[in-house]
Amino acid sequence: MSRLVVENLNKSFGALTVTDDVSLTVEPGELHAIIGPNGAGKTTLVAQLSGQLAPDSGRVTLDGRDITRASMPERVRMGLARSFQITQILPGFTVLENVALAVQARQGSSFRFFGDVVRETALNDAAMAALAEAGIDERAAAIASELSHGEHRRLELAMALATKPSTLLLDEPLAGVGGEESDAFVARLMAMKGRFTMLLIEHDMDAVFALADRVSVLVYGRIIATGAPDEVRADPAVRTAYLGDEEEIPA
Amino acid sequence: MSVVSTSAPARAPVLAPRVKAALVLFTLFALFPPVVTALDDPFLILIGTRILAYAIAAMALDLILGYGAMVSFGHAAYLGFGTYAVAILSSYGIHDILLQTAAAIALSAVFAFVTGAISLRTRGVYFIMITLAFGQMAFFFFISLSAYGGDDGYGLRQRSTLFGSDVLENEYALYYATLVVLIGLFALSHRIVGSRFGRVLTGIRENATRMEAIGYSPFRYQLTAFVISGCMTSIAGVFLANQAEFVSPAFMSWHRSGELIVMVVLGGIGTLSGAIGGAVAALLLEEFLGKLTEHWRLWFGLFLVLMVLFSPRGITGLIQQIQQGRAR
Ligand SMILES: Nc1ncnc2c1ncn2[C@@H]1O[C@H](COP(=O)(O)OP(=O)(O)O)[C@@H](O)[C@H]1O
Ligand SMILES: [Mg+2]
Repeated sequence: MSRLVVENLNKSFGALTVTDDVSLTVEPGELHAIIGPNGAGKTTLVAQLSGQLAPDSGRVTLDGRDITRASMPERVRMGLARSFQITQILPGFTVLENVALAVQARQGSSFRFFGDVVRETALNDAAMAALAEAGIDERAAAIASELSHGEHRRLELAMALATKPSTLLLDEPLAGVGGEESDAFVARLMAMKGRFTMLLIEHDMDAVFALADRVSVLVYGRIIATGAPDEVRADPAVRTAYLGDEEEIPA
Repeated sequence: MSVVSTSAPARAPVLAPRVKAALVLFTLFALFPPVVTALDDPFLILIGTRILAYAIAAMALDLILGYGAMVSFGHAAYLGFGTYAVAILSSYGIHDILLQTAAAIALSAVFAFVTGAISLRTRGVYFIMITLAFGQMAFFFFISLSAYGGDDGYGLRQRSTLFGSDVLENEYALYYATLVVLIGLFALSHRIVGSRFGRVLTGIRENATRMEAIGYSPFRYQLTAFVISGCMTSIAGVFLANQAEFVSPAFMSWHRSGELIVMVVLGGIGTLSGAIGGAVAALLLEEFLGKLTEHWRLWFGLFLVLMVLFSPRGITGLIQQIQQGRAR
């Protein structure tokens, strides 16, 4: 059974159709990348898959369960976590506290009014593990708002990981990250491959063709091609519509 | 990986100052009655009790306003529930303060649950307006209670009793009883804020979308905090009724709700001790400016404007600035 199945999803903002009859699957352990130009509707698609935005029509199932009407927190508890293209953190909390809260959401009750949460070593230990996996553990004690942009991107990933998801929706995790930092991030995603099912929205073609098992191309809200990276790269429709039929496509 | 700093700054110690400031305030409160005795001005002790009761209410409001970013403009309703619980039960011969408090809490819990559940469907200025509207509904309900004087209010024939004793008729006893309750509720609030629940509540204040994306439904936590805050505020009402030996809908007018917000903002939101200090400052200013001029509200308003402009984090922020200046 496919882990994530999207069937005939549609979403319009007024006259603007942003998701146009989108269907796709993500298999267990697969890394499925979605590429497409700015404004193609990638973020809007993630918003619908994560429960932040309701589609106009269509169906989303996770492990065979219909989650089309489930709220974002419900989906997270079912193992579907996301990261945001525009960083969403708790700015006044420490990095550790940000992630410990994500751990707390799945460990025990949050209707505990007395114990001092700072001393809950189980929460902090699990949070440190997620921070280490995302490569930001050295900054655990820093106030989140004081991190650099690249560190924010890693904190985004750590928070998603801390919910112990089966499936990750990653919306341009590399946005605005360059050079060495970007390479390290790609290596980190590579290390996560197989252990998580991932839907990766990404602009960086090198990263996409290095990481993805399958690639879907989204243009004006429509998926115009899906397949192995090499097939998609060779697809004439993709070349004209998106890749610009030039030689700049990475080999 | 290149920009990782290993010398991560340690977290600013948020906890210690909050408790330290509260301990200073509590010590001053405890020393106040002997000073009053020395000055031989027994009326002062009544002012003191009033300040302590409002400090309870302001602290309770801070729990949702400061930690939950829920600006309730109808919190005076809970003061009213506390005062009327005393008046109504005592008119039926039930004078025990514990029973009266229990009734106040029960009524407040129901009202806060129902109105909170509706109000929390809205955000920002709409939340402020809808809590105001519910507060006004409570206000007009008690105005229509002609058996308890309606608009004119209702004088208490006696104060509440404690374990059958009329000890609270003594001004000093009532003062210290209010202080003990204030300290107890501060300790409780302090624990709540530092608990798992408190961290979730504060997280929702920081970024509700992020909290949903890690698996929290903000509504249930906000509503719980709203109910806790309303119940706590009603306890302040119980002591206010005893202090004034009189209850009236004036305790629950929207002006009063506004004054509670002013106390919290003046003292510095999201610190608990700031709300206590804010209640002290606001009521002392009211007493002394009120003696100097009948236009005291004008001067108080000016003071507030300056405070918000120059120290957005209130008295707490001002003290922190002074301390940092000294440390340098
Ligand atoms: N809430 C919204 N209301 C109206 N238009 C929106 C909204 N969100 C996104 N859009 C529009 O939908 C289109 C797709 O946006 P988005 O999903 O962010 O694209 P991408 O992530 O692929 O760059 C854009 O034209 C954007 O302006
Ligand atoms: Mg986008």
